[in-house]
This record gives sequence, structure tokens and C-alpha cells, in this order.
Amino acid sequence: MDYQAIIESLFRGLIGERFIVFALAAIGLNLHFGYTGLLNFGQAVFMAAGAYGLAMMVATVGPRLNENTGLNMSETTLFWVGVFTAVVVFPILFALVMGIPTLRLRADYLAIVTIAVAEIFRIVARSPRFDWLTGSSDGLTGFSGTFYDLSPFSTTGRYFFNLFTGNQFFLVLVGWTILAIGTTICWLLVRSPWGRVLKAIREDEDAARSLGKNAYSYKMQALILGGMFGAVGGMVRAVGFSVAQPDNFITDVTFFVWVALILGGAGKVFGPLVGAALLYAVLDSSDTVLRQLVENDYIPSSFMSGTQVGQVRFMIVGLGLVLLAAFRPQGIFGNKEEMALDDR
Amino acid sequence: MRSANLTPTVQPAWLRLILGAVVALLGLVALGGPAFAQEDEGGSEGATESIGGTLQTKGEDGEKIFLEGVTFIVLDAGGSEVGTAESDAEGVWRVDLPSSGVYSVELVEATLPEGNALRNPEKNPLEGIEVQPNTNKNTLFPLGEREASDNNTNRVAQLTVDGLKLGLIIAICAIGLSLIYGTTGLTNFAHGEMVTIGAMVAYLFNVTWHLDWLGDWMTSLAFGAVMAVLVTGVLGFAFNEGVWKPLRKRGASLIAALVVSIGFSIFVRYILLYQFGGRAGFYRDFRIGQSIDFGIFTILKKDLFIMVFVTLILVCVGLALQKTRAGKAMRAVADNRDLAESSGIDVEKVIRLVWIIGSALAGLGGVMFGMTENINWEMGFRLLLLMFAGVTLGGLGTAYGALLGSIIAGLFIQLSTLILPGDMKNVGALVALILILLIRPQGLLGRSERIG
Repeated sequence: MDYQAIIESLFRGLIGERFIVFALAAIGLNLHFGYTGLLNFGQAVFMAAGAYGLAMMVATVGPRLNENTGLNMSETTLFWVGVFTAVVVFPILFALVMGIPTLRLRADYLAIVTIAVAEIFRIVARSPRFDWLTGSSDGLTGFSGTFYDLSPFSTTGRYFFNLFTGNQFFLVLVGWTILAIGTTICWLLVRSPWGRVLKAIREDEDAARSLGKNAYSYKMQALILGGMFGAVGGMVRAVGFSVAQPDNFITDVTFFVWVALILGGAGKVFGPLVGAALLYAVLDSSDTVLRQLVENDYIPSSFMSGTQVGQVRFMIVGLGLVLLAAFRPQGIFGNKEEMALDDR
Repeated sequence: MRSANLTPTVQPAWLRLILGAVVALLGLVALGGPAFAQEDEGGSEGATESIGGTLQTKGEDGEKIFLEGVTFIVLDAGGSEVGTAESDAEGVWRVDLPSSGVYSVELVEATLPEGNALRNPEKNPLEGIEVQPNTNKNTLFPLGEREASDNNTNRVAQLTVDGLKLGLIIAICAIGLSLIYGTTGLTNFAHGEMVTIGAMVAYLFNVTWHLDWLGDWMTSLAFGAVMAVLVTGVLGFAFNEGVWKPLRKRGASLIAALVVSIGFSIFVRYILLYQFGGRAGFYRDFRIGQSIDFGIFTILKKDLFIMVFVTLILVCVGLALQKTRAGKAMRAVADNRDLAESSGIDVEKVIRLVWIIGSALAGLGGVMFGMTENINWEMGFRLLLLMFAGVTLGGLGTAYGALLGSIIAGLFIQLSTLILPGDMKNVGALVALILILLIRPQGLLGRSERIG
């Protein structure tokens, strides 16, 4: 047994790239569900919007724009235009598509439509018909160069107790900075009058409406803003792994975000951070432990093979969702009065 | 308003029940063993995508003649060869593909037996064949003299028939979803897994286990389907008793219940993947089959059977809902639970019945779905979104609305391929769902009331 690898995976889960991606997505979902009560089961599509918004602008749309309009934008310009598309344009677009038909209806309609939109995006992105735009099932690569050119760290060295390579460490540092800014924004927002209206809508939409608040508009704003956080998460994922693939954003990804949020406590500013860190510490270390057990024949290969190890984490997430929602809907640190997955 | 609280008492025993249900499910699946892994010797059985077809022509009296020994070459989008195949004595040929994508097929005309010629020689090689993940694409090379082509009417009629078949399958699966929603208010995301379990139970009896100690009928698909209905019915009962009834007793909110159902969906789905692997399976003797030509459309015999059979079942369900006491009670509870309860209907009993019947129908629908496509670990989850589209289209919670909406969704999916490429056909139904919510949120048969 390689204990060092297990401890490393534990710490990478606690602070590494995946934690950052899912913490950002969970901050967005916290605005949706924790503060406004929106049942968004399509957070994966906002993440995909972030990944593809950047990747398409740099790798496919941008070069075509340059060719056809003679704008001649450099790759660096395209990268920053891509970041803007990913974080602002796409989330607004997707939120409008999801929100306009459903935000006036009962909560579960939003759940169905968000899953549907996530699936529509994935099917379209996978289609060979749009290979020129999305790279179909192989996805897009070669869009993260500009980001890593900014890195002050050597690409060959190891950083932070040998946990990360230079590029990874740069991504993690930037990710943590974004997380800190995002959490602060979220904290300021939910304490503002705007945030108090969101909570009022969550507790009793009719009451909020009777006080003259335009609940539909507030819900839409929350959907867009939370979607932007999800998009930043997806963008970090795409840059971190240097690829944007449709199957990185399957519906199950959304459920990971939900577990992270409920685990940490919905409706708490630090809930998403705590939840995502715990979730990925558990998932990544259990993954490594299981792999080691299989490799060293402590678990017979007839019972579990290498590929089956990867499926165990989905079972943990599914069972975790069941147990949390049934027994501790307020999460580990949440407060029962504040958030108990109530009807609203 | 529908209230989820029956009695506010807490039942400490229900954790045991939840665990019991999970253990029972694990046990069931464990019995299955590594089912699909054993199906290697067939060669083509393991691949998830393939192109094939049946080469046939008509004799002078109109009887079918299958052509043997004709060579087919499959090329990928880049023009490099993927594989070749020869048609067997029944005219059947098939080439396994490395992945989904666009392919072309060439029939080597020199290998055609004398006196046969292609009807449309300009369509050889046949190009731009889109193969979706986990499908076995059938291609057609019509032989004989050139006909006056009224291709378009042909295609619409053919797609309508295909759509009707898909719609009927969605309907039989979705009735349970709609009834459960109607009686308990639960949006059950784990309903798709009942469909998968139904298809897989039939597969275990039909292919994996080879249980024939009581005779050959034990491996027939009919027996497998009966077992699938029994198992999913029992599971539905256990699921309600072990999970949902205690949750209702605790007064858990509908949103918590929805999240629980999503958790079960992903948990069960990955247990199925763990046990059965990611590859597709097929029922024995149901891979290709003969087709019947109706002039403007052709239909596989098995598909015609499916359509007639499902229609019969649906008519029976409709009659039962309309005429029997239990059916009337179900509609009453779905309509207004409190009123039904106060007029002496045992609501818990009705809910139990709805879970059993709804799950059994989903299991049966799974077998039908498995006959038309293939059996894999996420077939039910993929169908679930189409079920939601159908049910919402027709009006959430109404049984007849689910029927109508599902059939419309099926038609829509197939007919949308007139405009959309084949691999995006499900997008059509999902877009229709969003549009319907914009225009008529209560669905086609739903009552107009404020739902928000």
C-alpha cells in the first residue's frame, strides 16, 4: 500500500482543482437553491457554458471571425473575449432559456427543464454535425495557452509539498483567489437588501409578491448570477484539464454539485466551500484506497476491477444524496430553521 | 393544495426499511453477476455500434429471396476502411464499428448474384450514414427495377409509424410516473431505473442464465417479460413501503423527496453499470427479424407485435382506470387527495397500488424498449427525459394526458428527423417540452389553474 499516494489524494481533494471547480459551481447553486429556492438541476450546463464559451472563442469561433471579418485578433485577445463570453454572455443566454418558461410555474418544472436544457446542450455539442464548432465528442483543446503563459512558476518544478506541478499550482492559486472573491461577493450580496428579497421569496413567494416585489425578476437575476458562478467553475475545469468535452458535463455532474452544497449546508456562505472540500477529500481518497486495494489484490479482481472503482464514487454520491436529503437536509453545519429543503 | 403530511409521528424503524430495500436490490443485482461479460463468443455481440442490413429481393411470385455471399465494405468519414462483411444465407450482414459517427457503405456489385441489380445504382456507395452511440444501424440496398420515387410521402409515413411505436413505449413507461405524481406529488426521477431493471431482468432469463430445467420456454422472452413485470412490481411495492411511505409519515417535503429520488436514480444506475458493464446487450432472436411491407412503409414483425401488444395493455389500463373501483379511486386521489380521503378512500392503499402497477408497467415497457433498441445501464435514464416531456406535454398527474403526451412526444421525436439530423432527434422533444411550458403550462389535458 502506497500511503503517501493516499494522503496526497486526500489533500488534493481538499484544496485541488476539482475542489475549486465544484466549490464555484456550488456557490452558484447556493444562490439558486440555498437563497432563492430554485430547483436547478442543470448546473452542469452552466459549467459547460463556461468551458465552451472560452474554448469555442479561442479554438473555433475566433479564428473564423478573424478570417471572415479581418479583425485579426491575437490569441491573447481571443482568450479574454472568450472569458467574457464564458462568464457573461453564455450564462445569461442559458438562464433566459431555462427561466422564461418555468420561473412562474411550480418549482419542479424548473427541475425538469434545467435537466432537459443540459441534455440538449450535450447532445448538440456531441453531434458530428457541429464538429467545426464544438469538436463533437472529442471536444476542443488548445485554448489554455494564454493562461499558462502568465504563470510565473517553472513548468518542471514541483510546488506546495510536491503536490502540484508549476502550471497546476498557478491554476490552484488563481482558483483560490477567484473563490475568495466569489465568496466575498456572495457574502455581501446575501446581506444586502437584494439578498433579503431572495430569502423572502424562498420563504414565501406570495408574501414577497404581496409586498410589491417582482418575484419573477428577482428569481431570474438569481438564476443568471448563480449561473455565472457555475460558468467560472466550468471555465476553471476546462483550463485546468486543457480540454472541453461534452461528456465532462453530463447530468450526473450536477448531482455532485448538489451533494457538495447540501453536505456543507445550503443557505450558508461557507457551505459550498466546506461541502466541496469534504466531498472531494472523501471521493478522491476513497478512490485511491480502492485502486490500491485492487492493485495489491486485497480485493479480488472478480469482485471489483479498475474501471469499476471509478463507478463507486457515483454510488457514494447517489447514496449520499439520499441519506442527506432524508436525514440531514440542512447539511453538516447548516441550521434547521434556515434550510430544511422545504416546500416553497 | 396537496399536503405531504399525513401524521407527524416519526418512525425510527424506517432506516432499517431503507437499508432493507437497498440490500434487497443489491442482492437482486448480485444474482445477475457479470452478465454481459459472458456474451463474448458471438463476436459481434460485444460491440456497441454496428452497421448492417438484410439483402433481399422478390421472386416472380412475390416471395422473398435472400441473397448470400454479397460483399459490403464500410468506410469511415475519412474514407478509410473499417471492415467488410458477406451476407449469409438469410441475406444478413453486419460490420462492427469502432465508435459512433458518420460512415458510408459500398455494396460490391461484382459479388451480386446474376440477374440482380441495384434499383438505385447512384446510391452505391451509400454515404453519410449517421450511427449514434449504442445503435445497430440498418441500411437498405433496394434491388430490382427502378420505381417512380415518391420518397417523401414514404418517409413521412415511415417516420409516423416509427414515432407511434416509440410513443407507445414512452406511454407505457410514463403512466406510472404520472400516476405516482398525481397521487403523491412526487416527481420520481428514479422511475427510469425501473425501466432498465425490467429490461435487464428479462435479459437475465432470456440470455444470461440459460435456465431450461423446466423446458425451453424458460428462456423465451415471453417468460422473461413476465418475470420482469413481477420483479419490478415487487420492487415498486418495496420501494414505496421501504422509502416513500416512511418519508411521507415523517412529513418530509416534496422537494426533499425529489432529491431522494434523484439520489436513488444515480445510486441504482451505477450499481447496474457496475454489475452489467457499459456495453449493450440484445435479446436472443430479436436482433433483426423480418419486415412486412405495407407499400408506403415497412415495419419489422417484432415492432408490429410491440405496437399491438402495448396498445392492448394501454386499452386495458384505460378501461381499468375508467371502470374498476380501484381505478376510480386512483383517479379520485389524483384529482383531489383530501376530498378522496374524506369520502372514505384508503389513500395509502391506492398509493401502494399505484406504485406496484406503475412500476410493473415501466418494467414491461423496458422489455419493449429493449426489443426495439438495446439493453444498457442508462436506457431508462435516457427514456426518463422523454417520459417527462410526454407527461408534461399531456398534463402532469393525469393518466390520459400521459398517454396522449407520450404518443405526441414519440411522433415528434421521429418526425423531427425530417429537419434535424438523426443524432439530435431527442432534442426535438425536449425543445417541444420547453415550448409547451411557455404556451400551455398545464399541458394539453391539464386543468387550467395557477401552478406557481
